[in-house]
Amino acid sequence: MSEKHVRILDEGIAPLIQPFDLDEFRAHNRAKEKALVDKRMSESEAISKFVTEGCYVGIELYGTVRCPMSLTRELIRKGYKKLRGVGQGVFEADLLAAANCMKELDWTYIGLEVYGVSSSLRRGVESGYIERVVEWSNAAIAWRFKAAAMGVPFVPARTMLGTDTFKYSSAKAIECPFTGKPVALIPALVLDVGIIHVHRADKHGNCQIDGITGFAAEMAAASKNVIISAEEIVDTDEIRKAPDQTVIPYYLVDAVIHAPFGSHPGEMGGLYERDEEHIKNYFDNSSDPTKTKDYLDKWIYGVGSHEEYLRLVGTDRLESLRIKER
Amino acid sequence: MSDLTYNGTELLATVASRILKDGDSVFVGTGLPVIAGMLAQKTHAPGLLVFFEAGAIGPIVPQLPISVGDSRTIHKAVAASSMHDLMSMCQAGYADYGFLGAAQIDAYGNLNTTAIGDWDKPTARLPGSGGANDVASFVHKMIIILRQSKRSFVEKVDFITSPGFLTGPGAREKAGLPSGGGPFRVITQYAVYDFDPQTKRLRLYSLHPGVTAQNVQENSNFPIDIPDIVGTSPTPTAQELRLLREVIDPSGIVIGK
Repeated sequence: MSEKHVRILDEGIAPLIQPFDLDEFRAHNRAKEKALVDKRMSESEAISKFVTEGCYVGIELYGTVRCPMSLTRELIRKGYKKLRGVGQGVFEADLLAAANCMKELDWTYIGLEVYGVSSSLRRGVESGYIERVVEWSNAAIAWRFKAAAMGVPFVPARTMLGTDTFKYSSAKAIECPFTGKPVALIPALVLDVGIIHVHRADKHGNCQIDGITGFAAEMAAASKNVIISAEEIVDTDEIRKAPDQTVIPYYLVDAVIHAPFGSHPGEMGGLYERDEEHIKNYFDNSSDPTKTKDYLDKWIYGVGSHEEYLRLVGTDRLESLRIKER
Repeated sequence: MSDLTYNGTELLATVASRILKDGDSVFVGTGLPVIAGMLAQKTHAPGLLVFFEAGAIGPIVPQLPISVGDSRTIHKAVAASSMHDLMSMCQAGYADYGFLGAAQIDAYGNLNTTAIGDWDKPTARLPGSGGANDVASFVHKMIIILRQSKRSFVEKVDFITSPGFLTGPGAREKAGLPSGGGPFRVITQYAVYDFDPQTKRLRLYSLHPGVTAQNVQENSNFPIDIPDIVGTSPTPTAQELRLLREVIDPSGIVIGK
């Protein structure tokens, strides 16, 4: 029988920032705790325990919605300088760039939506502090997580083809062995640490999200370690009453943090609105590096914990953001 | 009704909204596209099916969402799903229209939202693809809204973030993109453009009131095909202006600009 080859038609120029070994990932997942144990801890404990300098992190959110901001601020306070990660973000990615925490980025979109591109981020890339950027589309990032979550090396897709987004990615295009047409292969992304904010979790890490789930389910299952912050910690009985609401089952999760208003100044669907004044103020000042530093000093370095941060924001302010009815 | 005054953004929103028909599906992002979709829903297309990329399906959007994931995007939605679900459905062919903006466009409708200058030493780093490349790859008809100038209408974009017709007829299919898609209309502050079915190059479709073909050409770095007969773009009605100002974007976040 003659040997058959799949033809590689094109490939992105970027090596994978995070090469993967799916058998190692399987062995890691096999060794994860399957018993229902209490995983509650503080932001500081969780970040110290799971995030090591240079590791690959993902922060899940959409826009400014459901941002794990208390954990992002803790990442910055801990002073990491060489993290690698995935930028599908808005405010959190901007703060990480402003604080010079990131060296390498798988990038799909980093900006502040209606406000445009942030100056902190521009400075990070244009100054060369962020050393490597690899381009992707949103679907590609979702499917990179999906591939890892499925335990397969890639997902075939009909996106990114023919563009510079493809050229500056780590994707490949092959001749599909079934149809003969070109198809993109979107490689798996196994993260060292995934950081996700949810509406409610139990102490074991079962997580429920109200509304759209963005990248949460895929990213959690693609991460070796998952740190969850939750607006509310509920009894496992509550989770078991509505198992169809569970987006992330407990055994994927390694740490559970109770973080009310954990998405501030972002919003939380059904619970509170985003703090427009806070975000706009940050954005307006981001063109000035000194003012950006002042922001970091005041809101991140100057507070020791999420509780202190919330006190600085003030109860009246937080209460004014609460959604009264749905 | 010629005494109705409107600003440029209101005109763009109206022109974009009139393209959408009742019973169509549209994939929207933040800003002007969602305003166009909301305006269509509140006027001629109550049955417009709206998708937001972060997962909202079929919402009846009450007021301008600030973010594609914000709570307003799932108001009275029929489903709240995920990025993976939404993108998969678009890849499988469920989205008729999608809206995109860009910093640069070329004559084939290729779009740049990634970098100005060389990619590895950009003079300006832009937000990147986000869902734009996916929208441009998956929807059947892509509508592009951008500010037209010699800097944005360029012979060659610095970076093809999202595919238009790439290098011309057949290029999308040859690259492996779903067949039959691509740019459908380009809307600027001067005019609406479509694409010549043979050459796949940008062509003048209608001029906004008070704009001439010469204005259009003067504000482009590549030659624009100008047919003998060119229509006039629709202008906002009193009802459309009232909806835009009082209902959709009362604080003027987008239309106030």
